[in-house]
Amino acid sequence: MTTKLFSKDDWGKGLLALAKSIKVFVPVKDGDFTAFQQLSEGTVPDWAYQNTRMSPKSIVYPQSERMFEYRLEEADPEANIVKEAVKDYSPQALVGIRPCDAHAFQIVKRNFDNAEFRDPWWVRRYETTTLVGLGCNEPCATCFCASVGEGPFGKNGLDVILHDLGSRFLAEALTPKGEDFLVGLKGGQPAGEKDIAEAQELEGWTGEKISAAISTDQLKNKVVTQLFNAPFWDDVAFSCINCGTCTYLCPTCWCFDIQDEVFGKQGDRIRNWDSCMMPLFTLHGSGHNPRDKKTQRVRQRFMHKLKYYVDKYGNGIQCSGCGRCVRFCPVNIDIRQVAELMNNY
Amino acid sequence: MLEYTKKIQETAGRLLSEGKAEVFIGYAKGTVPMMNHPVVIRDPAKAGTLHWDSHCGLNLCNYLTKMKGKIGIVANGCNSRNIVTHIMENQIARDQLYIVGIPCKGMVDHRAVKRATGNRELEEVIEEGDTLVVRGRGFQEIIKKADVLQRNCAVCTHRNPVIYDEMLGPPVEEQTGIDQFKDVRTIEEMTPEKKWGFFTRTISRCIRCYACRNACPLCYCPTCFVDESRPQWVGRSNDPTDTMTFHILRAYHCAGRCTDCGACERVCPVGIPVRQFTKKLNKDALEFFSWEAGLATDQRPALDTYKPNDYNEFIR
Repeated sequence: MTTKLFSKDDWGKGLLALAKSIKVFVPVKDGDFTAFQQLSEGTVPDWAYQNTRMSPKSIVYPQSERMFEYRLEEADPEANIVKEAVKDYSPQALVGIRPCDAHAFQIVKRNFDNAEFRDPWWVRRYETTTLVGLGCNEPCATCFCASVGEGPFGKNGLDVILHDLGSRFLAEALTPKGEDFLVGLKGGQPAGEKDIAEAQELEGWTGEKISAAISTDQLKNKVVTQLFNAPFWDDVAFSCINCGTCTYLCPTCWCFDIQDEVFGKQGDRIRNWDSCMMPLFTLHGSGHNPRDKKTQRVRQRFMHKLKYYVDKYGNGIQCSGCGRCVRFCPVNIDIRQVAELMNNY
Repeated sequence: MLEYTKKIQETAGRLLSEGKAEVFIGYAKGTVPMMNHPVVIRDPAKAGTLHWDSHCGLNLCNYLTKMKGKIGIVANGCNSRNIVTHIMENQIARDQLYIVGIPCKGMVDHRAVKRATGNRELEEVIEEGDTLVVRGRGFQEIIKKADVLQRNCAVCTHRNPVIYDEMLGPPVEEQTGIDQFKDVRTIEEMTPEKKWGFFTRTISRCIRCYACRNACPLCYCPTCFVDESRPQWVGRSNDPTDTMTFHILRAYHCAGRCTDCGACERVCPVGIPVRQFTKKLNKDALEFFSWEAGLATDQRPALDTYKPNDYNEFIR
């Protein structure tokens, strides 16, 4: 596999040239925070960012997506026939994604692409996406990726990994898709042994900068009904305002809701992100909702991430340790503390 | 503000031990700098977890809605006004409450602190009198609290609780000569097209998480109009028309009721200045009806009363 060294200037120029043939998303400063935006002439990427406020999951899995469309005019021979809506599957690269968010795609993949179900839209868009990760020289104080099987330079799910060496990037291809990306990118030079050693040294000492952790080792051994009926849920949920901040910012939350929207004689079937925090979540057609209380919804979020997922897939927790929910929960409900309660119960 | 922590702990412990309150609602110190955690305490022995500083910018009245039993609660100026509004709107009864009043010098805008330190990673923010000592990896800065107040606090004219059973300190001086609505006037002066552009840009980042609505004690409808599915009034996608509908209707539901506590703006995960919607309505309530919400329990709110001999022309 190729390993190349780019000056940051060359890297930017190479991406801009590439952006003429594929969609390239890069982190861009937007007011107080950073967001992934499509690169075009004049875009100034922010390579010094910590992480984007919104996770990059929307680039593969949009918050709202038109699945189907239909017409209702009776005279129309195609009336009432639901047809697939046109979607954009052109190749794209997500450049500068943090290892935790790339790991998150692997977690979400277990839901959208498994032996039982294959979500055609998620899978196809995921397959056309190249993930170019940027290792974390300065992890946040809330990052706990190291306790969920990753790390600031974790390679899980990445096609290319970048090491920020000050004025240069060391780019290492990790998959054939990543190899194609690097070979197709203009500029750069073969990396020397000294550069590779520098990158390895960087990995060594940033690992020590991860100060936050989450306890998960006992979750698998717990009896699901006992955890479900644990006495702490009312206290955990008390402060929750049932907003969608945690679930919408989360790179691993995958729940969706399908809605029909009709305007005149034209209809769309739209898939929207759902959130277990919200009152419409699991509301039955009968009007009954098995989770109509705040505590039940809060419990669902944590049980899904830290118990049901653990039991179903046998592959860790449904969390990549990015810490967004910890940082931005308006009432400071901290998943690390809830995991501690569950793990020790 | 820190001096209140010990007093709150003592008071809560006493109220719970004496049975004057079955539960006590306050804040515990959060796990992240500048984020505190609302808690309910039943056991007097746990009163020591209660905390108060300049990062208590949520509105605890939010938790009172239809609560049962006797409740102790801390309240600064704006929170106390929301308690008054809650009593007036029959969401809680006065005799259920033991209100522990806190004269307030304003809450800190966590975004402003981060901005002032170049959005670097903060590990600790320590309050010392009127300053904040902000620490991160390899740096320390001292910031004046007055420079980083929440925008609603900077123009607040009701810092002292308006209703309480006990005050934890002498009243603070109220701010006078404040131009509360300068920003609203700027928008009022825009042409309709510019106004539309302004509000469209303002909400362009909205992800419809409803944190602004849910942080607001006024939003207690059993089913919000945006969550109603039979019939459905508002689309669930992130279509800008639906998003604008939500924001404008939310604001109108708060007309004549909003105390400008700023919780909506504080909690927005994408930093939308949502008070720009409600402030115009607060200005209208003040200018047309001399009305500020939640100041007294013996006065009906502007929008749920009328007099046949009203001096305004439009009523006749």
